[in-house]
Amino acid sequence: MFDFSLLTNWIHQALTSFMPEWLAVTAECVLIGLLLLTVYALLALFYIYYERKVCAAFQCRLGPDRVGPWGLLQSFADMFKMLIKELISLKYVDKFLFALAPYLVILASMLCFAVLPWGNGLQVIDFNIGIFFLIACSSIGVLGILLAGWSSANKFTLIGALRSGAQMVSYEISIGLSVVTMVVFAGSMSVGDIVSAQSDGWFIVKAHIPAIIAFLIYLVAGTAETNRGPFDLPEAESELTAGYHTEYSGIHFGFFYLAEYLNLFIVSGVATLLFFGGWMPLHIPGWEAFNSVMDYIPSVLWFIGKAIAISFIIIWFKWTFPRLRIDQLLSLEWKYLMPISLVNLVLMVLIVVYGIHL
Amino acid sequence: MADIQERIATLYPDATFEAADITVVNIPDAQWHSLAKTLRDDPELRFDYLMTIVGMDWADSLGCIYYLNSTSTGAHISVKVTTNDRIKPMLHSVADLWAIAGIYEREVYDFFGIVFINNPDMRRLFLSIDWKGFPLRKDYDADENLNPVTTESERQSDFTDTWVEDENGKVVKKEVRVFGPEDFVVNIGPQHPATHGVLRFRTAVDGETIKKIDLYCGYIHRGVEKIAEQLTYPQTLHFMDRLDYFSAHPYHHCLCMTIEQAAGIEISRRAQVIRVLMDELSRIASHCLFIGTYCMDLGATTMLFYTLRVREQILDIMEKTCGARMTFNYECIGGVMQDLDPNFVADVHKLLEVLPANIKEYNKLFTGNVITENRLIGVGNLSREDAISWGVTGPSGRASGWACDIRKTDPYSIYSELDFEEVVRTEGDSMARFKVRMDEMVQSARIIEQLIDNIPEGEICVKVPKVLKLPKGHWCRFVEGCRGTFGTFIESDGTTSPYRLKIIPPCLPAAAVVDHITRGFKIADLITIGGSMDYIVPDIDR
Repeated sequence: MFDFSLLTNWIHQALTSFMPEWLAVTAECVLIGLLLLTVYALLALFYIYYERKVCAAFQCRLGPDRVGPWGLLQSFADMFKMLIKELISLKYVDKFLFALAPYLVILASMLCFAVLPWGNGLQVIDFNIGIFFLIACSSIGVLGILLAGWSSANKFTLIGALRSGAQMVSYEISIGLSVVTMVVFAGSMSVGDIVSAQSDGWFIVKAHIPAIIAFLIYLVAGTAETNRGPFDLPEAESELTAGYHTEYSGIHFGFFYLAEYLNLFIVSGVATLLFFGGWMPLHIPGWEAFNSVMDYIPSVLWFIGKAIAISFIIIWFKWTFPRLRIDQLLSLEWKYLMPISLVNLVLMVLIVVYGIHL
Repeated sequence: MADIQERIATLYPDATFEAADITVVNIPDAQWHSLAKTLRDDPELRFDYLMTIVGMDWADSLGCIYYLNSTSTGAHISVKVTTNDRIKPMLHSVADLWAIAGIYEREVYDFFGIVFINNPDMRRLFLSIDWKGFPLRKDYDADENLNPVTTESERQSDFTDTWVEDENGKVVKKEVRVFGPEDFVVNIGPQHPATHGVLRFRTAVDGETIKKIDLYCGYIHRGVEKIAEQLTYPQTLHFMDRLDYFSAHPYHHCLCMTIEQAAGIEISRRAQVIRVLMDELSRIASHCLFIGTYCMDLGATTMLFYTLRVREQILDIMEKTCGARMTFNYECIGGVMQDLDPNFVADVHKLLEVLPANIKEYNKLFTGNVITENRLIGVGNLSREDAISWGVTGPSGRASGWACDIRKTDPYSIYSELDFEEVVRTEGDSMARFKVRMDEMVQSARIIEQLIDNIPEGEICVKVPKVLKLPKGHWCRFVEGCRGTFGTFIESDGTTSPYRLKIIPPCLPAAAVVDHITRGFKIADLITIGGSMDYIVPDIDR
């Protein structure tokens, strides 16, 4: 597998050869920032297109097919439209918080990008509490949503925001517990270590039963965490028109819209990292020829491909199930998912202690 | 009928009787409330279902005709109460006896200015709060400067009036608050995705729990009843398409039947069969739309497309024959406008072939889903007594165990010859209302199957005089619309246009009962319950 750290080290050396260390690091930070922003925008556009096509297939439709070949340029056109739309200023909103909220939401998903294992050696920062950082960052998003709902001075947004607060705080527990379960198995919180521990087999295979339980819980809680159907109560269209972002227009609305898709990618990306080997290619012990062919596929494609495949399941949920009610949503978390997660954690500890795994 | 009349006559010697299609009892206002109580509670009478209140202006007097029905004996009766006071007309309210009367009396107040003593809420129902005059009175001043079209927002009020009698028998006006001063009131509507039109629920919530709902309608009130008074009978017909625009045929059918009955026109067998076929096709199309939009309200968007597939197929069939997909204007006085399309029979056969598979698919995708069950079962329970008292008819009423299908209780057209079952469930919750509609599609398909290969030859429209005049009198007919019992009332003074045309919509009670059955449920349940009542706003507002 091509190790991208060769490339990044080469860039670092090339830069330090003609400029001081601090300047080189600054330049690299700016470069990475720009690169991430581009990836962020492109991924969001891809996801919008992807969801439209997938949902169209579920609904016996074709989806976008007019703008560009196979409608590929549709999401670009939509994004352009969003950019040139007016930012409507409302009378009674808390102006500062109202403007701040979408940036907080975007910031949360942006920060998570830093620790995702994009490919072999292709990671912005790999430090020993990477997973912990990820959970912490993704929690900032709820703050943006609460602020958006509160500062809009609208009853619908307020109800949406409060629902969102209750929902995300609750489901964070399940996400945290299922992540901790996998951290127990990996024995490390560093993203790099977790991925390399899966070089001889993905965790979902190696840690079998508890890993599968953790994955299912993670998938449900992750869907709830991204506010997507059937857990899209904060923006339940038929009840709250658009929930917390009812009053937003133009690119501020666009930020919420993008963040939703990016969160979908992040949730799927973390699932990939924890259960499906991150960027590790699919290896089947004993099938040497097959394994070497798999190695030829670039690690970046492996990671993004797996994430998109998991996103497909989450999109599938959304377009199949009706929405839950707030009390049912909370009782699902507190009465079922959390106790199961706790038991599962104990199970995982036992499996690690007695070495009953592959 | 004769013994009912006798019984009333012995109890109320002041009562007089008129023979019409439904016997009319005349009673002075002072005795009306006590007669109403007797009619409802007397074990031999038991008129527990108030079908409608028709407000009337007979030039020398104002008054109401109450249409009552007994759900146990099936007997009909109407009661006429009048007042000669045109300045401050007052009648006694029966809102304490039939729950739906409160809303019906508000409608009469709105159009005729008759105040109902003891009605707890005497606001206008459709017109704006500052409207001058009472439009259905014959002396109404239609000067547009009196009620100009304004660009200002309509005045809103948190107060309502009620007139009560004090101990001396003097009527005094009291002002009452609609909501408590501390209530957190959320406007659901008039622009809201789940109200299915411009309907507004002012909802007092405590967190997510609903405390009270105030129904606020009239946003698309077009004054159909007023307009009809200036039109000839054939001209009034096309307004029926614009009430329940999702399934226009039964409504059209109803007004045609009323006029035909009044004019003594006998229509051909072929036209009867075509009308029934169209009604039942409409019912399937309408229920398909209900299932689709209901699932969408609950967040399952994909179902909408699955149900619209069938609806589209039906609309295509309609389009070929009627030339329209929504406002058909197909039935006319004496029969139907055009003959069937040559491919009609083949197209309907194709529809009948795909329908069972589709219904199976709906059940597979939605009905058995655990989230669906959690959202629907036990939500918005409406008991049989409440359904009758609130006049909730149609599939919603039958889901509460009330066999109220007019096609069975008062068969019209050729329904008495057809073999089909009335779908009745007893749970009374949202799931039951959903399933009743699902099963009704099967029954409608059964009716179509029986008729489609036996459409008799004959003329599609009998000869009707060019200038149609109805004799003096009044007539009232009911049909089973897709959303419940729909009726039209015509009072004729012998001219070419109706003296009064009253439309009796099934959706007004369905929307009015939402307050009663949502209390204590969550906001999300308001959507579930409102959706399951399947009201349609142009039908409420007229």
